[in-house]
Amino acid sequence: MTGKDITYAQITNDILFPVENKPNKAWWIGFTVSSLGAMLWVVSISLTFWFGLGEWGLNKTVGWAWDITGFVWWVGIGHAGTLISAVLLIFRQNWRNSINRSAEAMTIFAVICAATYIVAHMGRPWLAYFTLPLPNQYGSLWVNWNSALMMDVFAISTYFSVSLLFWYTGLLPDIASIRDRATGLRRRIYSILSFGWTGSLKTWQRFETVSLILAGISTPLVLSVHTIVSFDFATSLEPGWHTTIFPPYFVAGAIFSGFAMVQTLLLVTRKVLGLENYITMFHIESMNKIILLTGSIVGVAYITEFFIAWYSQVEYEQYAFINRATGPYWWAYWSMMSCNVISPQLFWSKKLRTSIKFSWFLSIIVNIGMWFERFVIIVTSLHRDYIPSSWAMFYPTWVDVSVFIGSIGLFFTMFLLFIRVLPSVAIAEVKLLLKTSSEQAKKKLIEEGHLDPVEVEYYKESLTKYDSIDMADYEKV
Amino acid sequence: MSNTKFILGLFDDPDDMMKGIDNLQKNSIPIYDVYTPMPIHGIEDKMGVKDSRLGYAAFCFGCLGATVIFSMIYYMLVHDWPMNVGGKPSFAIPNFIPFTFEWTILFTAFGMTITFFAATHLFPGRAPRVMDLRATDDRFIIAVNAKGNVPHEDITNLLKQAGAVEVKHNERKYVSYE
Repeated sequence: MTGKDITYAQITNDILFPVENKPNKAWWIGFTVSSLGAMLWVVSISLTFWFGLGEWGLNKTVGWAWDITGFVWWVGIGHAGTLISAVLLIFRQNWRNSINRSAEAMTIFAVICAATYIVAHMGRPWLAYFTLPLPNQYGSLWVNWNSALMMDVFAISTYFSVSLLFWYTGLLPDIASIRDRATGLRRRIYSILSFGWTGSLKTWQRFETVSLILAGISTPLVLSVHTIVSFDFATSLEPGWHTTIFPPYFVAGAIFSGFAMVQTLLLVTRKVLGLENYITMFHIESMNKIILLTGSIVGVAYITEFFIAWYSQVEYEQYAFINRATGPYWWAYWSMMSCNVISPQLFWSKKLRTSIKFSWFLSIIVNIGMWFERFVIIVTSLHRDYIPSSWAMFYPTWVDVSVFIGSIGLFFTMFLLFIRVLPSVAIAEVKLLLKTSSEQAKKKLIEEGHLDPVEVEYYKESLTKYDSIDMADYEKV
Repeated sequence: MSNTKFILGLFDDPDDMMKGIDNLQKNSIPIYDVYTPMPIHGIEDKMGVKDSRLGYAAFCFGCLGATVIFSMIYYMLVHDWPMNVGGKPSFAIPNFIPFTFEWTILFTAFGMTITFFAATHLFPGRAPRVMDLRATDDRFIIAVNAKGNVPHEDITNLLKQAGAVEVKHNERKYVSYE
């Protein structure tokens, strides 16, 4: 946290500014574009529901394509939010306090988008309740508990509801802040939403216990979700899918893409909402380091798959991987390789990972790369399997493309509405940082001469990369 | 003076508020409650508030979730409609694990949070019982019940000594009902 003469009141004012005032032009432009996207989604998903899955480019050979790609992509993006809010809370990483709220919101919207793909690809969404273990008149014929797809139903629904609960519980004190400053109808609405929060001693004590336990159980949950998503593939006999490396590889990929999406969103949000003092270069650089690490893990996983295909001496497996890199979908494979493995390595350069423009650009590249990863895994494995007579290519229809682009619009529409009506930074948690890990607290320590001069020099040097700090203030101290 | 129901000490700094609590406790003045815009670490010990027992509730709900889903799957897959998949046993415990795990988490999360809401009287539509509107913004507030705690002037002075920016003598307990 940076900035001069920050007080508790100013934190509330800064963070609630976008909620309590009329939106600016940038918001309106963003909202118009994304709601147009969401409208495209409504049109294309309605066509899918009305006419069925024939609207998509699927064929007998490639029965899973853009839809499952989109599903896995969105679920993966969702993971970073839980990771930031839960794992970093357990590890007592205080810097998460300013980004956890918007990252959690991102999780929820991303999982909503993912869920729409699942429902859509059922073909007859009104029969979605068939996935639930309900007593019925076919026997009772129960759901197949041996299936990874059934595990997916449980994993995704648990993940969504627990994330929503965690996010909303964390929002209560901040909604109460809005409530106590508002008047009239706004006060009434936020009053209902705040559940009557008062901030009394016992409330806070229980609140902290609940947050910690929720974080503790969300951590294995988030790891289990993408593990189970990878079971959808790994438990099949399809060459290129039938691998034991999938669970950790999918989880690393999910964190990788999730952090890229957090970066995409927050770099813009901090500028538009004027939150430069709360979401600082420290956050940006830390997230870039995580992108670098997980990008490298994903790279190692790609190479391991290739090695194992050769080492296993299974010709189908070997063909699947040679076909990925040199077959008709070589362009997708190499887009994935260059976006996910090669380009994040640029973050070894300190200059690049502390450049805001470059970070944003690279986060987009990673998002594209991770979409291609899922496309490569799904489509290239399916399109040429054991029997050459059934080999085929997949060509998306405009409905396929529109569902995907539309879901991005839907996601941004929800996110933009969120930053308008709810605080995008956890106010109470940021207030905790004011007297501990804020720039002004550190500066005071330096001025009073409590710190080792060598450390102070290093600290001042590391401050030069922050766009929210005026270095002139540090010349005298 | 006699109409005062609650005396509120408003602090702009949590450390001053802690000093205020010390001052009152030294003079054996009971504190009604403390309202803060953020959690204050270490205040539970000072105020003698016992550790939250929500962790035990969470554990019980987790066990309940695991039991419910495991019994459900056992009934459906093993007892009621066993399926022959290549002659493999229908009581395939490894396949049960993901479901059992998910519902353990689900029950823990919802059970514990609902317990928290119930114990703290939080629910949608609950009228907020707020003593001062700035308690959720930038004021750290000590509330002292005025009834029986006299003289009020002494309490005011104790709070002021600790660095209270303002001391209020409220004639109503809650200001948020207006």
